[in-house]
This record gives sequence, C-alpha cells and structure tokens, in this order.
Amino acid sequence: MMQLFDIIGSAGLWAAILRIATPLIFGTLGALLCERAGVLNLGIEGIMTFGAMIGWLSVYHGADLWTGLLIAGIAGGVFGLLHASLTVTLGLSQHVSGLGVTLFASSFSYYVFRLIVPLANTPPTIVPFQPIAIPGLSTLPFIGPAFFTQTAPTYLAITIALLMAYIIFRTPVGLAICMTGENPHAAEAQGVNPMKVRYGAVIAGSALMGMGGAFLTLSAFNSFFPTMVQGRGWICIALVVFASWRPGRALFGALLFAFFDAFQLRLQTALSGLVPYQLFLMTPYILSIAALAVMARRARVPQALMQPYRRGER
Amino acid sequence: MRFERREHRPLYLLIVTPVVAVIAALALSGVLIAIAGAPVLDAYWRILTGAFGSRLSATETLTRATPLMLTGLAAAVAFRARLWNIGAEGQFYLGAIAVAAASSKLLGNLPAPILIPLLLLIGAIAGMVLILIPLWLRLRFSVDEVVTSLLLNFIAVLFVSMLIDGVLKDPLAFGWPQSQSVSDHAMLPKLIARSRLHIGFAIAIGLAVVVHFVQSRTVFGMQSRAAGLNPTGAIFAGVPLGKTLVKVACLSGGLAGLAGAIEVMGVKGYVTTDLSPGFGYSGIVVAMLANLNPLGVVFAAIFTAIMFVGADSMSRGLGIPTYIADVTVALSLLTMLIALFFNQYRIRR
Repeated sequence: MMQLFDIIGSAGLWAAILRIATPLIFGTLGALLCERAGVLNLGIEGIMTFGAMIGWLSVYHGADLWTGLLIAGIAGGVFGLLHASLTVTLGLSQHVSGLGVTLFASSFSYYVFRLIVPLANTPPTIVPFQPIAIPGLSTLPFIGPAFFTQTAPTYLAITIALLMAYIIFRTPVGLAICMTGENPHAAEAQGVNPMKVRYGAVIAGSALMGMGGAFLTLSAFNSFFPTMVQGRGWICIALVVFASWRPGRALFGALLFAFFDAFQLRLQTALSGLVPYQLFLMTPYILSIAALAVMARRARVPQALMQPYRRGER
Repeated sequence: MRFERREHRPLYLLIVTPVVAVIAALALSGVLIAIAGAPVLDAYWRILTGAFGSRLSATETLTRATPLMLTGLAAAVAFRARLWNIGAEGQFYLGAIAVAAASSKLLGNLPAPILIPLLLLIGAIAGMVLILIPLWLRLRFSVDEVVTSLLLNFIAVLFVSMLIDGVLKDPLAFGWPQSQSVSDHAMLPKLIARSRLHIGFAIAIGLAVVVHFVQSRTVFGMQSRAAGLNPTGAIFAGVPLGKTLVKVACLSGGLAGLAGAIEVMGVKGYVTTDLSPGFGYSGIVVAMLANLNPLGVVFAAIFTAIMFVGADSMSRGLGIPTYIADVTVALSLLTMLIALFFNQYRIRR
C-alpha cells in the first residue's frame, strides 16, 4: 500500500503522464475534428505510423526536428486527402475506407523504412526533442519537474487542444464544422459547402494524427521500429467517444488514460514476478473498451457521422 | 462532373471489376518497385514463379491461402450484415490457443477421428466467444463494434502470450515462449504427401461453398443481408435483428477461430505469438476483394497468398523489402473500393 502512494507521489509519474498523453492528445483531437464534420477516420493507426516513420526519416536525413514534425503533419494531411476523396466525394463506406488507409499507410511505412534503412542489429537513432524547462514555473516544487519540463511538442499539443475548443465552440468556422456533422443539408441551406468543410476537417485532422505519430519518434523515442504505434490510434478513436466529441474533455481523457498507463508501468516493476506482465499490458485496451461502454450511451454522436452527403440525394 | 446511379448493373462489370482493381494495384506497386531500382516485370515474374514455380512453392501458396480463406469468409459474412468484425486476428489466436490447451491438457489421448473434429469445434467456439463481447456491447450499450473488436485483438494476443509464458508453456522449448505441442494424432492429415498442404485447405473450400449456399438459399442468409442493407427496414419487415446479428457473429467468429485451430493442427503443431502474420487483417482485404462473395473469397485468398509467398522469393532475389506484398494487398483494397463505386455509379458531365 505504501508503495502505491510512493508511486503516485513521485514527480516522475506525473512527468511521464504528460509524455504518454501527448500522442493521444494529437490523435484524439485529429479524430475528433474529422468526426465533428461527420467523417469517421479509422485510418488513424496507419497515419500515425506513417507520421512516426516520415518524421524520423526526415530528421535522420538532416532536417531539423520542427521540419520533421511539419513533414509528418503534411504527410498525414495527404492521407486525409485520400480518405476524404473516397468517403466525401465518392461516398464510400467510411469504415472500409479507413481500414484500407490504415493497412496501406502502415505497410507503406514499413516498406519505405526498410528500403532506406537496411536491417541492422542496432537501429539508427537521431537526437530527439529535449525537455524545455519553462522559466519560473519549472522551479516550483513537485509541480515544476512534473508539468513544466516537457518537450516542445507536448506544450504544442495542449495549446492545440485549447485552441480547438475555442474554434469549435466560439467561431463561425467551428459552427460550420459542427453543422456539417449534424445536418449537412441544413448547413448547405445556410450557405456552407459541406463537401469543402469535410475535406478541410479530414485533412487537418489527419495532419494532427501524423504529428501525433511523429511525437513517438521525434520526442518519446529516438528511432523507428515497425508496430511502434501499438494500437494508440484505436485508443484515440475510443477516447473521442469518451470525450463526447469535446476538445477539452479529449485533453482530460488522454491525461486520465495516460495516468493509468504510467501507473501500471510502475506497478508492473513493483510487482514484477508476482503477476504476469501481460495483464498490465492489457489494461490500456481494457480501459478503452470500458470507457466506450460507459460513455457511448451518454455521448451525443454527431448526427450525420458516417453518412455520405450527396447534393439532392437523401 | 457529377455521379449518377446506374439503373442496372451489367454482368460483365461484376466480373471485370476485381480484375481491373488488382491490375491497378499491381501497377501502383510497380511504381514503388521501380523507385526501389528493380526491374518491374522481372519482379512480378519472380513473384509468380516464387508462388507457383515448383511443386513445393505451389503447395506452400495453397497452405498459406487456407487461413486467409477462413478469415476472409469470417469478414465477408459479418460485413454483409454490416457487423464490423475487425477482430478476426484475436479470434484466430483464441481458436489456436484453445486447441493447444484442450489437446495438451484434456483430450490428447482420444483417437484421431474423434479428437480432430472435437478440437476444430473447440477452436471455432473460442472464436465465437471472443466476438460475442463486442456484439453484446453493441446491442446493450450501442458501442460501435469496430473499435471494441479491434482492441480485443491486442488483449487476445497478450492473453495467449501470458498462457504460453505460464500454464501452457512448453518446458522443452529451451525457454522460448511457446505452447505445448498438440499430440501427433491431432495433426490434420496431409492433402499431398511431402508438402505442408493439409486437409484444412479442402475444409476451407468446403466451408466457402456451404456459406455461399446458406447466404443465397436460406432464411437466415436473407435476414442477414436485410440486416446489412437497411436495419430499420429489416425490423419493420419482421427480421429479428438482434438474433440475426448473434447468429452472424457466431458464424463469423467461429470461422476465424477455426482458422486458428486449423493453422495449429495443420502446420505448426504449437502456438507462438507470431503464429499469424496478420491473417485476421488480411482477411478483411480478402473479403473486400471478393466483394463479400463467399466463393470469390477462395480466389481472393489465393491471390493474396501468391503475393505474400511470391514476394518472399522476389525479395531474396532482388533485394526489395517483403513489405511490398502488404502494400500491394492494401492497395488492392483501396482500388477495389473505387472500382466497386463505378459498379454503382457512372460519371455524368
């Protein structure tokens, strides 16, 4: 029992929570933006993988870290364009198109990576983002080392979450996005072009997904290896439901989720040998399913989610 | 430019579509092969000969196609009823581990004619159990089953990893996490001597025919299609939607579990966490390539197996990463999606 308190009381745990949450914040916000406009984007797992790969590869070939992050975002946007063409213009099943994008993006990532980096015993590495101590705040006892000595993309993720909450609830653009997700016909009657809004939301959302993946290789780790995204994309899709499609709650959900993940990691070391480690590794997935079950009925789904929009057709 | 729904779909389109989609996917991956600096036609020739050039490679390809047919059928029957079972990978592993557990802990001494059917049944039931969780969540809490069935894949693999690290660990495996082997008489008989091709291949084709019959000739088949086409309309027409979905789920999960059981009993004899190189996920592509037609699944599975087996030998010969097979298969899913669209719509200026 004392051990549990020791774990929760350590600044290291809280610093780890923000680190673990960052890719989830990016991914969840990305998926949320797509879904607010009425498009489910199951391509997220593959897009994150591609972002992780292309971000790392750019930096490995001499780009600086911010450029790497930007390239990952652009690459994510390109996959978003693909998904939008299939689901918005052609009106194909969003489920199947998303799965296709995931399968293609992840296998394409592995292919490109292997093509450029031949198999070696020790994977090549880069120098990742370093923690930035925020002047003044980082010297606060406990809170400083926990919350204000993160790498730059973590601060960026939190900023984007707050920005997105503002845009969605307080600006005409946000209103247009939400209307398109609720009722594209009504949106069109108000002079909004639902096709354009959906394209924009899916491309921008997918760009965020790509950046979330790049965080893994540019900040959390310093190398790329296949299957490193490990289902984080799917967890983001679950987190969107948990967040009831609200950016603020998405931030909270990602942090809560990261708390459990960081906690189980430490518990795992504390209890090593007593409990099979696989049980701990299962917890993030079980938590996601539980979160879905608890929140799904209460959440208000965008009414036109997964419904293709065709002018004049109902 | 706008799209106009076709009044009727000419038959030739239904046959030409998958072929065009596959050719388009091959052309696109040809670009990737060319970028890698290899001669494209030579690469495809090597894939073809690598997959069918000798007796050994041909039987290997069909062996590889066997689990793909079953996971492809699993996806096809579910998708037709719009039950998005993305959990075939987990159901595959659960079927596999159930067979290993039952054979090594309980039933190993039974004679083969009783043991083999019993183990296949156990594998299928294990797959059913796993898919009933997401279905229950959907019916009870209206949770979309895509994410839940997918997350269960991770849980199932970790569960298998736990068992083969623990109670089911083979003490003779030099410390590798590997399950105890199924007994010799639980292994499926070979279809062709001196090869790995086993009777599971025939079982898979047989099941494809049975599923085709069930879908086209029975009330259940009609109901499951109605549930997929228009759930509200189906309820209105008196289709018991919940019951139909439970049946569809059991069929789908059972087929995926059976795939795992057959892979253990036909090829490996034991379970490791790399028993499946993504058979569950490739099954989704197989089903889509077949346009969810059970008989089409047989051919789509063989195409996919050709890509995987052939790409291995092409990769050795030309130094192209074997991932090109996954890329081609995933691309065929996307091109097939587009091709299916043009089955339903035409472009009007």
